Amino acid sequence: MTVSSSSGTLDSPATSSHDPADLPFVVGGQQFRSRLMVGTGKYASNAEMVAAIEASGADVVTVAVRRVDLDRSHEEGVLHHLSPERFFLLANTAGCYTADEAMRYARLGRAAGFNDFVKLEVIGDEETLLPDTAGLVEATRTLSAEGFRVMAYTNDDLITALRLEDAGAVAVMPLASPIGSGLGLLNPYAIRTIKHRLSVPIIVDAGVGTASDACLTMEQGVDGILMNTAIAAAREPLRMAAAMQLAVTAGRHAYLAGRMPRREVAVPSSPLAGMLD
Amino acid sequence: MMHTEAPGATIALTVNGEPRAIPEGSTLADLLGTLQLDPRLIVVEHNREILRDRDAYSTLELVPGDILELVHFVGGG
Repeated sequence: MTVSSSSGTLDSPATSSHDPADLPFVVGGQQFRSRLMVGTGKYASNAEMVAAIEASGADVVTVAVRRVDLDRSHEEGVLHHLSPERFFLLANTAGCYTADEAMRYARLGRAAGFNDFVKLEVIGDEETLLPDTAGLVEATRTLSAEGFRVMAYTNDDLITALRLEDAGAVAVMPLASPIGSGLGLLNPYAIRTIKHRLSVPIIVDAGVGTASDACLTMEQGVDGILMNTAIAAAREPLRMAAAMQLAVTAGRHAYLAGRMPRREVAVPSSPLAGMLD
Repeated sequence: MMHTEAPGATIALTVNGEPRAIPEGSTLADLLGTLQLDPRLIVVEHNREILRDRDAYSTLELVPGDILELVHFVGGG
């Protein structure tokens, strides 16, 4: 399948539909097409945002809940640009610093009427945007009991991840590095450990900077990646979106294929026999 | 909505954190009409309670001191 973009110049490979050689990508009982999920923030224009999302092949897109600007001095809501029939709108609770505040935003997002998923964020620190993990676990437990399907943005701490799963999260979303930092995958070991120990899907959320980061992250065996700034802040967002789709697919295939063992010595690839005297 | 044009008493309420005066007897649907907001694209929180039934907007009469939050989806990560 070729994913069209508004420019019509970026061809995407046959990767955005489900790969029969892979397991279906299912989160909270909902099957998604692409293991790459993308945000809708920080684009230079709404037209560029839509074109980049199309180039990424993503079907899940995150959105934030904010007050309507009654003076219309800001841009219109994202629903004027993205069709809820075409994209799965995943409301986030970005900007919330307490469990109560995050739950209020989650309930407002659900009341929009599209689905009962929420990308739950409870931020604990303005400078690093690292999560308040205690508040996060509390909000996950309460919202899950209310029927939400909670995808919890967290740090790369195994114990928190286990507690989020126990609290009812349908997906745990550890960061590769801080939100918007583009520092890439800082602790592959921690991400691998979380993946090995949890049963729910692990979707790395935040920190990817470029395609190799996405590929390396997927090679750890995680189920998917959510990113925003790496695409939106690229010099050419459409091209980076297409690169990210390739990288996520490549990383997934490499993980499934199983890498060769690392060796500290060279091993020739060509036969030693048959050499001339 | 015609009656909102008529002169008469107004009531004071808070909409998205800002004070606002509307004609007495206005419903939520009247207010959204005045603000030119499509009810299908927003979510309304009325005195901290989320209104999940959009059909009820036309029967909800606003009273002095009401606090309304009108929210929608914007770009985010």
